[in-house]
Amino acid sequence: MRRRSVLGLGGGIAALGLTLLAGWWQVDGPGASGRTDEARPLPLTEMDFALIDHEGQPVGPETLVGRASLVFFGFTFCPAVCPTTLADVSGWLADLGEDAARLNVVFVTVDPARDDVKAMAEYVGYFDPAIRGWTGPEEQIARAVEGFRATYERVTTDDSYTMNHTSSVFLFDAEGRFVSTVDYHEPREFAVPKIRRAMGLETKRAT
Amino acid sequence: MRHAARSMLAALLLAPALATGAWAGSDDVVVENAWSRASIGTSRPGAAYMEVRNAGEEAVTLTGLQSDLAMVSEIHRVTTDDRGVSSMAPAGAIVIAPGETVAIAPGVMHVMLMQLQRPMREGESFPLTLNFSDGGEVPVPVPVLGIAARGPEG
Ligand SMILES: [Cu+2]
Repeated sequence: MRRRSVLGLGGGIAALGLTLLAGWWQVDGPGASGRTDEARPLPLTEMDFALIDHEGQPVGPETLVGRASLVFFGFTFCPAVCPTTLADVSGWLADLGEDAARLNVVFVTVDPARDDVKAMAEYVGYFDPAIRGWTGPEEQIARAVEGFRATYERVTTDDSYTMNHTSSVFLFDAEGRFVSTVDYHEPREFAVPKIRRAMGLETKRAT
Repeated sequence: MRHAARSMLAALLLAPALATGAWAGSDDVVVENAWSRASIGTSRPGAAYMEVRNAGEEAVTLTGLQSDLAMVSEIHRVTTDDRGVSSMAPAGAIVIAPGETVAIAPGVMHVMLMQLQRPMREGESFPLTLNFSDGGEVPVPVPVLGIAARGPEG
């Protein structure tokens, strides 16, 4: 009896339960800490987008291959999350010292309508000089975001709009392979060891 | 316009509290380590941070704040979902238990300063007033640090 019900309707329910469990595991459960394959950014060598840096030079994923890279998305009208990330990244670069010179550091806007080359140049100029600001046509930004498996969304406010976006900092090795992220809510002291790992440097013990 | 309407509404709501002379709680509020980042012009919203400590013996409720620097000032809470997407939303009234400190700090909350009336210049400061449910107001001078500041020390 029992066996038969498992094979019949019960089996279907059990399978559904497993599916729901798997969903929970990935979304809220312990599985959330590890990225599933579909959420994992592509290698930079498999991405395809064409943008412009804050000095007007054409750039793309190929620009980043050859050195380890730190890439994050944002917009210059962002009141809190983005300046915090840019300030944190500037601090990590200072902590890395001379090693920072061997890292690509890129801030990609998700708001190209307001963040043209001039706006990006002015904005990144306030932070560590190693930080490059990338902008470009909306559809190319969308392709970049897709390659990183990131998201962004325009949200209307009373008199204007703001952008919700992936706030994680993405780390890639020198071959362009995705290594890890530094998430916005993560303790900031984890960042420098993660960056050093992406760069293939030994990670010093925290002092 | 909107700001004026809000102030009027706040005044109406707070009138009964004033009438009964209920001021006690917010008298014991101490605001420390206030800071903000310089703005680029006035078209972008600004953000300020601080720690609000309740040194008294009864709970207080922070209901809002205002400044002549911005048409609208609100406390926003930042949440990051499991996909790493951050968004912000008004924090609503914040109850601070006796002896507790609420940190309006990067990564968690910020005072959002919308429709800046003048640029926020590094080295200057601006006045902000915290409003409490007992009708009390706590004025706070907020220093403006550089755009790349990470905390009250710069
Ligand atoms: Cu906000």
